[in-house]
Amino acid sequence: MEIVINGEKLEIPIDVATVSELLQHYGLNQKVVIVELNNEILEKGNHQETLLSNGDRVEMVHFVGGG
Amino acid sequence: MSERYSRQELFTPIGVKGQERIRNKHVLIIGAGALGTGSAENLVRAGIGSLTIVDRDYVEWSNLQRQQLFCENDAKKRLPKAIAAKNRLKLLNSDVNITSLIADVSVEELEQLIDGVDLIMDATDNFETRMIINDISQKHNIPWIYGACVGSYGISYTIIPRITPCLHCLMEDIPLGGLTCDTAGIISPVVQTVVAYQTVEALKILVEDYEALRNKIVSFDLWKNEHSAIRVAHVKKDSCLSCGTHRTYPYLSYQNRTKTAVFCGRDSVQIRPAVKTDRDLAQLEKILLAQKGEIERNPYLLSFTIGSHRLVVFKDGRAMIHGTNDISVAKSLYHRYLS
Repeated sequence: MEIVINGEKLEIPIDVATVSELLQHYGLNQKVVIVELNNEILEKGNHQETLLSNGDRVEMVHFVGGG
Repeated sequence: MSERYSRQELFTPIGVKGQERIRNKHVLIIGAGALGTGSAENLVRAGIGSLTIVDRDYVEWSNLQRQQLFCENDAKKRLPKAIAAKNRLKLLNSDVNITSLIADVSVEELEQLIDGVDLIMDATDNFETRMIINDISQKHNIPWIYGACVGSYGISYTIIPRITPCLHCLMEDIPLGGLTCDTAGIISPVVQTVVAYQTVEALKILVEDYEALRNKIVSFDLWKNEHSAIRVAHVKKDSCLSCGTHRTYPYLSYQNRTKTAVFCGRDSVQIRPAVKTDRDLAQLEKILLAQKGEIERNPYLLSFTIGSHRLVVFKDGRAMIHGTNDISVAKSLYHRYLS
């Protein structure tokens, strides 16, 4: 499946079907993350059940603490 | 001195009027590390009226790669960052009223520092302090600008009370101290980019051009060439305990219980006495001379090295125990030598 992540078209592995799995794929599942799917921000509680489809546009921002 | 800000005044969104506004504003910077020294330099050069900068730490060699106000002499002398930063900032612009404070910023300090402040710049390295800043910002209706970085990744977001979601809305409940330390290092271009995102928003706020604010949380990875921005306006939660209808400012009450803090990636623990004291460092030096360790002292702190540990005591009674991440080891060293 091909989706647009942070503005870039990317091919994601076949076993990544949901937003949670996508976060896991990028190593962001333990972080505090804001995810926007097709211009809508997802509630954290919905990451697990939200399915991705071909052509989706995802923006991900994760919080870090250093400074 | 009218030439001094001419290029900034030629920039239409600022102009002569904006420059006057900048001149009449007071900014508080929490932290004088990488982000804090960058923001401070930008704002002081831009002609801010007053700047207060607070930091709990002192300059070390590992800071010089990215903390732009410090030089080798500061590291040699182990000068507190607040002092070293002020020394440099005064040379950059003698017109600015600069106040610096060596302190660990918690609720009590922030409540005092906030008086007359128009904007708070976040240059801390932890979420515990950021959540306190966030609650104080909401309570006193003062904007603040979050900024952070690690590795080649950076992030920034501007919080305007009553208008934008606050950090608590965006992050929801984070357990205090629950986020793991970042140990991925940091490269200076990332620091400078975060500083640029933070200080451009600061200038917009200072000249009162609120329309120009970004309204997005922005993040980037300069090494991987990635950039992301999310419009978060509608994430503002009415149920938020920091900015919602039934707000309680939860982080202003939790904090008083925290007395120790592990410094991320530094192999250090800070111990903060329950009651603030004015520690007599000369007296302490006399007592410690009986021990086998090595002592160094400057007007602001005393450093005592014993075995693989180094204990640094500040005049306000705080101590930093280097060479351990273990709070109980740090406490026992503190009690053995310093209490």
